[in-house]
Amino acid sequence: MSQDIRIKRGVDIKLVGKAEKMFANVPQATVFALRPDDFHGVTPKLAVKEGAQVNAGDTLFYSKYDDRIKFTSPVSGEVTEIVRGAKRKILEVKVLVDSEITYKEFNTNASSKEEVIETLLESGAWAYIKQRPYDVIANPSDKPKAIFISGYNSAPLSVDLDFALQGKEKSLQKGIEIVSKLTTGKVHLSVDGSQPSSIFQNISGVELHNVTGPHPAGNVGVQIHHINPVNKGERVWVVTPQDLAIIGDLFLTGKFNAERVIALSGSEVKQPRYVKTIAGTSITNIIKDALKAGDHRIITGGPLTGTKISENGYLGYYDNQITVLPEGNKHRFLGWVPWLYNSIFSMAGSSLASKGKEYVMDTNKNGEERAFVVTGEMEKVFPFDIYPMYLLKSIMYNDIGEMENLGIYEVAPEDFALAEVINTSKINLQKTVREGLDLMIKEVG
Amino acid sequence: MKFLRDALDGIKPNFISGGKWEKWNPVFETFETFLFTPDHVTTSGSHIRDGVDMKRLMTVVVLALFPALFFGMYNIGYFHFEQLVAIGQLPSYTFMEAFLFGLWKMLPIIIVSYGVGLGIEFIFAMFYGHSIHEGYFVTGMLIPLIVPVDLPLWMLAVAIVFGVVIGKEIFGGTGMNILNPALVVRAFLFFAYPTFMSGDKVWVAGASEIDGMSGATILGQLGSGAEAVVAQSYSVMDMFIGLIPGSIGETSTLAILMGAVVLLLAGVASWRIMLSGVIGAGIMSALFLLWGGALTDASALIGLKPLMDFGFNHLLVGGFAFGLVFMATDPVSATQTNTGKWIYGFLIGFLSILLRVLNGFPEAVMLVILLLNVFAPTIDHYVVQASVKRRNKRVEDRIKKALSA
Repeated sequence: MSQDIRIKRGVDIKLVGKAEKMFANVPQATVFALRPDDFHGVTPKLAVKEGAQVNAGDTLFYSKYDDRIKFTSPVSGEVTEIVRGAKRKILEVKVLVDSEITYKEFNTNASSKEEVIETLLESGAWAYIKQRPYDVIANPSDKPKAIFISGYNSAPLSVDLDFALQGKEKSLQKGIEIVSKLTTGKVHLSVDGSQPSSIFQNISGVELHNVTGPHPAGNVGVQIHHINPVNKGERVWVVTPQDLAIIGDLFLTGKFNAERVIALSGSEVKQPRYVKTIAGTSITNIIKDALKAGDHRIITGGPLTGTKISENGYLGYYDNQITVLPEGNKHRFLGWVPWLYNSIFSMAGSSLASKGKEYVMDTNKNGEERAFVVTGEMEKVFPFDIYPMYLLKSIMYNDIGEMENLGIYEVAPEDFALAEVINTSKINLQKTVREGLDLMIKEVG
Repeated sequence: MKFLRDALDGIKPNFISGGKWEKWNPVFETFETFLFTPDHVTTSGSHIRDGVDMKRLMTVVVLALFPALFFGMYNIGYFHFEQLVAIGQLPSYTFMEAFLFGLWKMLPIIIVSYGVGLGIEFIFAMFYGHSIHEGYFVTGMLIPLIVPVDLPLWMLAVAIVFGVVIGKEIFGGTGMNILNPALVVRAFLFFAYPTFMSGDKVWVAGASEIDGMSGATILGQLGSGAEAVVAQSYSVMDMFIGLIPGSIGETSTLAILMGAVVLLLAGVASWRIMLSGVIGAGIMSALFLLWGGALTDASALIGLKPLMDFGFNHLLVGGFAFGLVFMATDPVSATQTNTGKWIYGFLIGFLSILLRVLNGFPEAVMLVILLLNVFAPTIDHYVVQASVKRRNKRVEDRIKKALSA
């Protein structure tokens, strides 16, 4: 029985620079990099040395505390550099790509759960399977009660899945078949209820849910909360559609091919459009001649949850988007005067949400950090049966029992992204939530 | 504005750590960020942030207070000149004269309020090394509006010191306080200097110098049984517009409603608190209208009959509107959950009228809001616990299911 979800609390932030549905012609990058920081909570242990030759699918590093979880090269070539930071922390493992990509062959003959897990772990595709609670890579020994896939991208400037996944129907179906072996429960797929999807409507073997409403309706955490919430001690696994297609491809062809369609978007992009590329690609070719003049913030990922990178940076492992926004490092004269500068809610300014107009927003914090003062504002964009401010405060004073009671198991940092945008006190909420989740991993596991 | 920016950048090195006047950095920073929103950019999480910050929020609240402030100024002049006309000292006066007289009386109060309050804030900010938090910009405007016009300024200053230090700073400053600091100031004045805060001489400027003149508030007159005087002197329209004696900014329900509209349109104050407060006060007033006769017949409560019969007019006088719109909705001292706001607002309205009538206590609104400030965390606790119980029940159900399977 499918269950439809209607989300009322939230807001669609309409930004200038949504990608047009066509592909830009971008030559393939020569350097690719895998960044351990993309895999939160993983302590990397190198499996290769500088100068080694690798195929696509060969392990570059693995998790120090669970050596089953491997991270493999998205392309074939030579490991040219291992970039380290303070205390010799591994920041990037760079691979200079071959002219012709060669792939390692994996066992596709997987019928049992154990064999599926084995292939996923060997190929590095396991990293695509994340768990709730805690929003980290799943532990292969766990028994998830269900698997959730959100086929609805509601975040600002996000990828249109129907466009990005066209022609991938077979891979998606195979992917569903594979991940459904991982759980004894159901595989839930949620789609945008307001417009029928050409990609997902023919997928079988899933429980389909129509989700309607503003962002964060597309967040998988919101959907889990409304369909089958995570309780203490339970595990739910999540995977995104593009990653699912890669998993499907792996079992169809035996090759780990981390090719994905990304959107180059944001107000500072001359012609926002889609690019076919491979995870970990250097972005130099993608942004070359594509940006307007001025001070930029380049983000791998979306404007609400992405990571700031430099012009020589690399596409994040999970990211389907590169966003370029104007950097807001300027003083504004009397910037606090109401109606002088946009607000998303009616809170003392014009409303972005109520107008059809698209807005340019820069990265200025528009104020200084303060203690929590305004109440009730986060609830407007937080569609959970959770009191966000109470939960955040319990995280700030490290009270594990209270965090548990207030629902820490049901949230991920991304669920607080909108609350962070509208927060009058300018507190970094996603960081706070991440710290709370990390504390829970350490203390409860 | 580039020259201003350049000037600020020029003197800034003196104030940062290691500079000549580094101790004064909070003061400098306050003025700098007042003139220019800082160039701080996001580092993690959401890369874009909404335009609203604490400065803008507080500015909106101060703007919302302006109608009540301007009306208060006129009202000061109106009552002052009316009594002079009544004893024949003055043949007539103009609207502008009344307003300017009020402005003249009002300015010192505002200056003392901001001067003393911000002075304390600066001292604490310098002590802790952070910039000034904006909370006092609103408190400093609220205080002049809730005191009688002839209050000696030194009393006001003493009360502000008490209110800001004990009401706010010892808890950790803006956002941490339990009680509404402006109401703490007023409660301090009321209990420390009662002769200057109640009676029939304090509400009209200069009334104490004129023998035989009375400027008692409506509630004060009703409490002393002068029902007929009230009915004769003030119409319901007077009460709504605010041409009645009282604390400076609280008399005009109309001006306060204008402020309420600004607050609600801007989404700054909670409509839940305001609405439930009106409902609570309406229900209590209705109950007194219904049962007032039965309660007071041949009982010791006979003296309260005028207050009970006052009915829904209670919502127009005694600072009820001001308290509900500007004091009860202070997000820091009010309840924080949406359900809690309904309960909190309702209790404020309900108890205000109850205390006002049965105790014959015109200050009821102030004291009830302070009381509910204290109970706000308790109300929230039970609201949040309800959500916790729902969550824990899911786990229990799961265990039961697993056990029975």
